[in-house]
Amino acid sequence: MRDLRGDVKRTLGLRLWLSGGWLTILALAALCAPLLAPKDPLMQDLFLGRMPPFWMDGAEPGYLLGTDSLGRDVLSRILYGARLALIVALVAGTLTCFVGATLGLIAGYYRGWPDRIISRFVDIWMAFPPVLFAILLIAVMGTGLLSIIIAIVIIDWTRFARVIRAEAMTQGAMDYVASAQVSGQTRFSTMLTEILPNVLPTIVVLLTLEMGIAVIVEAILSFVNLSISTDSPTWGGMISEGRTSVHQAWWVLVFPLITLFLTVLSFSQLGEGLKDRFDPVLR
Amino acid sequence: MTLLRIILIRLLTTAITLFGVAIIVFVVIRVVPGNPIAMMLPPGATDADIARLQAQYGFDKSIFQQFVIWLGNVTQGDFGTSISLRQPVSDLVLGRLPATLELSIIALTIAVIIGGTMALLGTRFRDTKGEAAVDVSAGMALSIPDFLWGLVLILLFGVFWPIFHISGRVSPSINIDFTTNFFLFEALMRLRFDVIADLIGHMFMPALALAIPLAAIIAQLLKQSLKETMHLDYVTLARTKGYGENHVIAREALPNAILPTLTLVGVQFTFLIGGTVIIERLFSYEGLGNMAIDAVINRDLPLIQGIVILFALLFTIVNLVVDMLYVVLNPKLRHA
Repeated sequence: MRDLRGDVKRTLGLRLWLSGGWLTILALAALCAPLLAPKDPLMQDLFLGRMPPFWMDGAEPGYLLGTDSLGRDVLSRILYGARLALIVALVAGTLTCFVGATLGLIAGYYRGWPDRIISRFVDIWMAFPPVLFAILLIAVMGTGLLSIIIAIVIIDWTRFARVIRAEAMTQGAMDYVASAQVSGQTRFSTMLTEILPNVLPTIVVLLTLEMGIAVIVEAILSFVNLSISTDSPTWGGMISEGRTSVHQAWWVLVFPLITLFLTVLSFSQLGEGLKDRFDPVLR
Repeated sequence: MTLLRIILIRLLTTAITLFGVAIIVFVVIRVVPGNPIAMMLPPGATDADIARLQAQYGFDKSIFQQFVIWLGNVTQGDFGTSISLRQPVSDLVLGRLPATLELSIIALTIAVIIGGTMALLGTRFRDTKGEAAVDVSAGMALSIPDFLWGLVLILLFGVFWPIFHISGRVSPSINIDFTTNFFLFEALMRLRFDVIADLIGHMFMPALALAIPLAAIIAQLLKQSLKETMHLDYVTLARTKGYGENHVIAREALPNAILPTLTLVGVQFTFLIGGTVIIERLFSYEGLGNMAIDAVINRDLPLIQGIVILFALLFTIVNLVVDMLYVVLNPKLRHA
């Protein structure tokens, strides 16, 4: 009989490599955007509007992936858009993780009234359509990078809080926690030294997934014109423009969409891959 | 605990949740710096005009007073008047609700069909390449949110191979003289096949975008549940009686495997309804979500409140119904 575990390990490894590879390329592209981008992403040239990508008839040399309706270079805009996408993924993802995991730990380990209050808020949050909530918050706070990050933290902390609360509850009921407390540790230090290390793998997996979600939220907000100012190129903004002119110039939609698709897929596959890595049965 | 008591406690927590949602929306949209009234008046309006209109909409009172008045009116079914559309909020919202409900239900149906089929195939061909294919495609489908699936579908079946409509709910050329806004339901009742075909042609793409992630979840959960059931003694007994594999899966294992999947699908269905907001925008579908985004952009406070409360109500109703279904379908709880 073939060793199935070997097969599983190999596909898992491949998955981690591919998603990690794409995200590394993206990070490099974002860092070196001014060096790599063939054109100024904001430069308009109305005579060069809606030029097709290089392999099609009528393509304009120098504009590899074509131009949008204002004659801006699609490739350069994707490269510069990667900057914003990755900043939002890293900053918003980490902050959401910190807030949500902290509240989840407290609720799951301390139980009692902190748990009741936090869980009540989670229930209320679950009754909001998240996209509508995000749009509402941006409308209130105004557009801009900071608003987007705050909005993502406010909307998505419950993802972490729910899962970490359940994990902390399971861990808190185990013997090793009881023995730590018998040995005279305070509850707070038990939470940090005993519970936290044991829920850390879950936190890391959720964090990776959240980064992908943050990229999507930013794209959705750009799509309804509520992200950063219209000057800075964003994938969501490009998709929004591409959607309106999709019948005349499909490439304005296709290329940012492929980039966004691969990025979100990579974040989630990275998360899934890490989850299996942390799984003691497969290790 | 009796069934009645479970229901009462659930209704109470539901009421608390809705109350919480109402407070949060109310406060959040009132800390907006811009004045919604100033936006609806022409630039030449005097301060007196603004003040008069503000008094008319009650914006001159404190947030607490506004909330009490609003709550009092809501209990009588009055959700106020939309600022941008100048019609009663309840009329506007109830006029759009059928479109969103029909879209969500079609999406749920598609998700159950695709997800169920995948789970059954994955179980039938378990431990082969077939199961691996189901796992991989479900994993992919789940990683990508409905917004991106919507865009992919627009490109594939709206642009490169245009066989479906990608915007609107119904073609303008079709004459609909229906009494309700449940176009699809009413068309089915009246057997207006031209209308049904047109509606489905418009709905299929947005519904599929909403359905893909949910189908993946159903496929994963139901397959897992089926696999566990397949090892139980009564299934082995059915096999020794000589029933074929298809019969064993569909008749013996499936009825018992559905129950654990059901509760989780209920929660996921509320996520699907939440997803209609952006999907309706993407496909210019005239539903509640599309109206909600316009309401936010226009700072139409009464309309925003009404729509958010209605969504919250929908979510809690879905959860309540799923819990009831669970009790009704679970034989262990039936006589409790």
